[in-house]
Amino acid sequence: MVEPATTATTVTTAMVTAAGVDAGAVDVRGAGGVDRGGRGGRGSVTVRERLRPYRAVLASRARSQTSYRTNFALDLLSSLLSAVVELAEVWVIFHATSGLGGLEFRQMLLVFGLADLAFSLADLVFGHCDRLPTYLRAGTFDVFYLRPQPLLAQLVTSELSLRRLARAAVGVAALSAGVVVCDVPWGPGSVLLLVTALLSGCAMFAAMFVWAGGLQFFLLDGREMTNAFVYGGRYAATQPASVWSRPLVVLFGFFFPMAFTGYLPTLALLGLPGPGWLPSWLGWCGPLAAGWTWAMALLCWRWGVRHYQGGGG
Amino acid sequence: MGSMGGSTRAGAGGSEPATDGTDDGTGGADPPAIIDMVGLTRQFGVRDGMRRRRLTAVDGLTVRIGAGEAVGYIGANGAGKSTTIKMLAGILVPTSGTVHTCGLRPVKDRRRLARQIGVVFGQRSQLWWDLPVRDSFRILAAIHALPAAAGRARTGELVEQLEMGEFLATPVRQLSLGQRMRAEIAAALLHRPRLIILDEPTIGLDVLSKQRLREFLIAERAAHGTTLLLTTHDMGDIERLCERVLVIDQGRLAYDGDLPGLAGSAGADRVLVVDLAAPTVDLTAIPAARHLGSEAHGLRQRLAFDAETTTAARVLAAVTGIADVVDFTVEEPDIEDVVRRLYAATRPSPGPPVASVEPVVSGPDAP
Repeated sequence: MVEPATTATTVTTAMVTAAGVDAGAVDVRGAGGVDRGGRGGRGSVTVRERLRPYRAVLASRARSQTSYRTNFALDLLSSLLSAVVELAEVWVIFHATSGLGGLEFRQMLLVFGLADLAFSLADLVFGHCDRLPTYLRAGTFDVFYLRPQPLLAQLVTSELSLRRLARAAVGVAALSAGVVVCDVPWGPGSVLLLVTALLSGCAMFAAMFVWAGGLQFFLLDGREMTNAFVYGGRYAATQPASVWSRPLVVLFGFFFPMAFTGYLPTLALLGLPGPGWLPSWLGWCGPLAAGWTWAMALLCWRWGVRHYQGGGG
Repeated sequence: MGSMGGSTRAGAGGSEPATDGTDDGTGGADPPAIIDMVGLTRQFGVRDGMRRRRLTAVDGLTVRIGAGEAVGYIGANGAGKSTTIKMLAGILVPTSGTVHTCGLRPVKDRRRLARQIGVVFGQRSQLWWDLPVRDSFRILAAIHALPAAAGRARTGELVEQLEMGEFLATPVRQLSLGQRMRAEIAAALLHRPRLIILDEPTIGLDVLSKQRLREFLIAERAAHGTTLLLTTHDMGDIERLCERVLVIDQGRLAYDGDLPGLAGSAGADRVLVVDLAAPTVDLTAIPAARHLGSEAHGLRQRLAFDAETTTAARVLAAVTGIADVVDFTVEEPDIEDVVRRLYAATRPSPGPPVASVEPVVSGPDAP
């Protein structure tokens, strides 16, 4: 038993040296003569290097989705249709009345465009988080434990739904149309407001998907239940918050502050007064709302993972 | 650069630059154990009708596995094997007791640990089912942050040793079971883990694939000194690959020792089958052997013997003294049978029977 062990150390040392040389070639910062004992400490790992695992998985997902062209085209088309139907729904409502919750149709285009674009982009990247039960059953989630990346980051980057791009296109169209027909006063202020609203809207919907994912650890077949919140939230977000009923106000006004994705930024952008309980300056507070939703989502995720590992609180 | 401890590996280099450069923070005074479980226990709450009761899957396991060991971990289904493995890999939190894998706390240090262990779960694939095998390896190399050249070199090495060249471009879902298992094992070994845990690696494989896989694992261990923990139902796996066997029964350690000792302590005998030149009366007088039966008027006779007290050679010599032996074979005790006997022997006594079952460390050589 002594002989093989000796060989083993020699071979290992050779491998370490080889890897070290490779690392030296790649990692420029480490070349300062410091012995890093293999491949560098945390500080010398570049961001690019750290994102490499995720890039590799995502690129493979994108390739596999686009490799069957007809299939992909059909996926895009169906996604496009569903978004168009939803936009048409808004139009139908306004066909019957001239205004809803203090907004006209052209202003509603802004609300819809902002909220729906934010949702589509979040769905593109985070939409599969609630598919966790499938992963749990197939054991894929246990495999995540064997890889040196955070579990949630692995789950998020394990899939990418490119067909949502079609939906996002409808959002972009509605938003652009809204900006044009509402005569939005141009300036750095309005651009900043639009960008903030979009980014925090994306973050809020993304957090909702993560929240739904965390709940799956308990529900196991709870996609239907969480979908009610996720898609209900999207629907609520594309409507003026002033017409929400009281339960909706509690749920999507405070718990998941969906008014911050489309309605409030629109009020702020157009200088319209909001209902008494929602002053329009709140339209600038999207980042706060996003922070709140993410805090809830991460707590829920953490709680779920603890439950899965059986570690308790 | 290579002058540091031999324990630092290419893919596994600790994420913090070790200041003392001795070991990777085990803190143990003895030679660092790769696996160190002390009183490891895991309970699950199960719903039994209306009441909830607690089921103990792993019960006070204390095991230490040193670097470079090859250990077979056997037990009936539901005995607690996979629960143990999940605790070793940081997937499950122990209810009580402690566990250190590669000197790390599996749950707390999961991400550092992932760089040092490779696990193949029997039923869970780590490959991407819709991608060619080659692409899965490329992604895994990125996931383990192997430098491009090192990743390619290691993949090439594994492809050659596991003879995967012919199906490298095939999507995983189209692989045969044997091919898939080879690809899974390569995937788990890509980052040169110090410890590899295999859960039923040979289940469902044909004889030739089994043989190939075992040969690969032997060569891999000889080349890199990788520690191996293996669960299996196949006696051949244990016999060819493992110097040490752990038997778990209802969550408790029922045996810890070498394979011949296991057969010995369970009282499972090996059987010598002799074909004789002429019909012979039953060979009942062979020392240390028991006559089991005769066929064809004594042309073929079966003799059971205990590998602890005698050897096949001695029994055969005794037979040759009486009759003319044409041919012979030695039948190994079946692993299921051994485990069943061991369970039967240990279960009646409620106390932990570990100490009493453990064989005297004399190390009887297998004949």
